[in-house]
Amino acid sequence: MIPTLSRRRLLQTAAAAVAVLPLVTPDSAYAGTSIQRDTLEAFADTVVPGAKRFAGDRIVAGATAGPGAVDAGAWLLYNDPDVGLAVAIPGLVAAINAEAAAYALTHRTLLDVRVPPFVALDFDARTAVVGQLLRGSGVVQLLWYAVAAMAMLAFHTAGHLDTAAAVRAGHPGLAWLGFPLPDPDGIWRFPDFSYRQELAALHPLTTNTGNPA
Amino acid sequence: MSAICERTDVLVIGTGFGGAIPAYNLAAGGAKVIMLERGPELGAADFTQSLEIGGYTRIVDLIQGNGIQVVAGNCVGGSSVVYFAASLRAPSFVFERRGSAGRRLWPSGLTRSALDPWYDRVEATIPVAQQSWDDVPYAGGVWAAACANAGHTCNPVPLAVDLEHCTNCNWMLNGCRFDAKRSMLLNYLPAARAHGAQVRPLHEVQSIAKSLTPGYRYRVDYTVVDASDYRIPAGAGSIEAKVVIVAAGTMGTPVILKRSGLGLGSVPSAVGKYFSPNGDRVSMAVLDEGAVGNVLGLERAPGTAYEAFPIGKPIGSMSYDYLDPARPEFERFGLQQIYFPAITNLLPEDGTPAAPDWYGVDKKLLSQRWRSWLTLLAMTEDDNEGQWGVLPPTGNFLRVASSAVVSSLTYQPNANTRRGFAASDAALRSIIEKDGIGKHLDWVGGQPVLSAHPLASCRLGDDPATSALGPDHQLRGHAGLFVTDGSAVPTSLTVNPSLTIAALAERASPGIARFARSLGLDVAASVPPPGG
Ligand SMILES: Cc1cc2nc3c(=O)[nH]c(=O)nc-3n(C[C@H](O)[C@H](O)[C@H](O)COP(=O)(O)OP(=O)(O)OC[C@H]3O[C@@H](n4cnc5c(N)ncnc54)[C@H](O)[C@@H]3O)c2cc1C
Repeated sequence: MIPTLSRRRLLQTAAAAVAVLPLVTPDSAYAGTSIQRDTLEAFADTVVPGAKRFAGDRIVAGATAGPGAVDAGAWLLYNDPDVGLAVAIPGLVAAINAEAAAYALTHRTLLDVRVPPFVALDFDARTAVVGQLLRGSGVVQLLWYAVAAMAMLAFHTAGHLDTAAAVRAGHPGLAWLGFPLPDPDGIWRFPDFSYRQELAALHPLTTNTGNPA
Repeated sequence: MSAICERTDVLVIGTGFGGAIPAYNLAAGGAKVIMLERGPELGAADFTQSLEIGGYTRIVDLIQGNGIQVVAGNCVGGSSVVYFAASLRAPSFVFERRGSAGRRLWPSGLTRSALDPWYDRVEATIPVAQQSWDDVPYAGGVWAAACANAGHTCNPVPLAVDLEHCTNCNWMLNGCRFDAKRSMLLNYLPAARAHGAQVRPLHEVQSIAKSLTPGYRYRVDYTVVDASDYRIPAGAGSIEAKVVIVAAGTMGTPVILKRSGLGLGSVPSAVGKYFSPNGDRVSMAVLDEGAVGNVLGLERAPGTAYEAFPIGKPIGSMSYDYLDPARPEFERFGLQQIYFPAITNLLPEDGTPAAPDWYGVDKKLLSQRWRSWLTLLAMTEDDNEGQWGVLPPTGNFLRVASSAVVSSLTYQPNANTRRGFAASDAALRSIIEKDGIGKHLDWVGGQPVLSAHPLASCRLGDDPATSALGPDHQLRGHAGLFVTDGSAVPTSLTVNPSLTIAALAERASPGIARFARSLGLDVAASVPPPGG
């Protein structure tokens, strides 16, 4: 019976299910771009969720309005040579899908086998799976932390792009933050930067160099 | 006769405050000085204003330990190139701290007033500027106004910045492309070079051993690293020196010294223990623009009260109210406004009761108000409870990607430290949430501590069991081997540490010169400051 399966056994079963995934979904029948890209983009969308890009978008769950990590270029950042995560992607994707399949087993959720197990989950279930992966410890937990961080960095910093070019091109994450535009020469300067008012009394024991006593 | 290895009078490891300052003093005094620096050499023309990975990541390391994340510089000039330039003297009570050790932790006689002349010298050399209210950016202004609204004082923070040339661009982490930030690249390092000191970038020191050559006490072994990928070795070598100054920063020095245990015979057991993240406790507020206008009476443009988080110099103002010697130890702290660039945006929690805390829908909604954020740093009194674990095969840590590194440093705040965190959280919350100005939010992001101020773990002191260095910065049992960087600072400081690290390095320099004289080197014990 499923509830009595140990977590280890469960993950083994789930991993086996994931391993046959490419068999049941030959490239011609596969609806998405690639298992790796779709899985990681769905992960990134769980960290910084966005609106569906088109009717029937399976990758982006559409949990909230506005752009998310996928629109912001998370996939490009995962593959950025300066990030150095690319070699780990196949293993990460397998682990995400194993965890997703395990989740489906314990929650008696039927998975659509035409997409990777993680993509087949709804947003709340994806959030639970990401939370489970991040809860680990040691180096493995650090790795998941890095995977989540890249989604965040894609959205909040456009880490795969030059910032001036990205903000001018209307990068969706930077636009969401309200990141300021640079001067015409691509350099930031803020001539108006201060209220120019005395806004608090100084500490009475401040020294003549402006320091605490 | 061809020498097997190169030789020098003084070898300095690291080119930050702790390295550049003694290097200047000894070179100006007449010694032959070589400086080895792990990072590349960059200048104003190289520094970008960009968050693109592969740019700033060449000079900044994000170090992931166990329970702690540390940020540190990796270039000629060290962390001074990427730092935020707040230049503060530690309050008097800090030097009297006892921690849970129950005894004074700083060497006897080392008090604030004893250090003041050295602070003076550093402030004049850098030089440090005092901000007027006209220089304090909006974020510092709004923090000051919030403090005043809650009945607190608040001061503009002294900065190592040329205020005339600063453009308030808020890109200090990337290095200053206007040469307005007065890093070591603009003062001590050029002055040391003018006196003949050589700086060798991309030279990563691995260990120090006793030298067998008569007259030379130590041999320093290094690896040359590839400029485009620091993980790839591009050569190796050794230099023998009469005096060695270790200033690889707190994230480097204890690791180098621990690895040198074999070559030096042994190193004091206190090396790599008693680490302090300077009690750093980061949090933030998300401000209510209406309340900033109505309650604080601020307006920066018609109809706009604040919305200025990304504008300015990163550090503007600070309340000294809780730096009160009458308060119990662990409950004294500085409360500073500080801008954290968007690369740290994963850390704020969204403040809603529902999980998850730092990602997901609510976090995205919080980030839509990014321009109304106000990030805050409490610098508290921690209990030096960090320590290093196993040594990495080479270097100071395991480099996973360009600037992402994993260290064996462990830091789990104990009950004393957590008491300080709780007290500073409560103080910040009462200021921010008074009259609905904003909401105070935790900044944990799954990690207990984030610090740009690593200190101690090879500290000064009188007690050999808990301090690896004697009061003169000499490693116990190893004459001529000195440590002058942040790792020598005994305790957290309740203010940003650079000025104290620098003042201690100035104070140590005449003693190092006297040691060199005792070896027969013709080195002046005291020299005028650079340009002085
Ligand atoms: C982003 C940021 C902002 C900061 N803001 C402030 C601030 O506003 N005010 C303040 O007071 N402090 C600030 N700090 C902290 C301050 O910069 C440091 O405390 C100070 O610079 C430390 O000086 P140091 O000489 O001990 O070490 P560092 O300046 O870090 O110098 C150590 C040097 O040694 C090199 N090195 C390391 N290992 C080796 C090796 N094995 N071989 C050769 N070289 C090696 C490093 O690359 C580095 O250049 C900030 C730090 C950061 C990272």
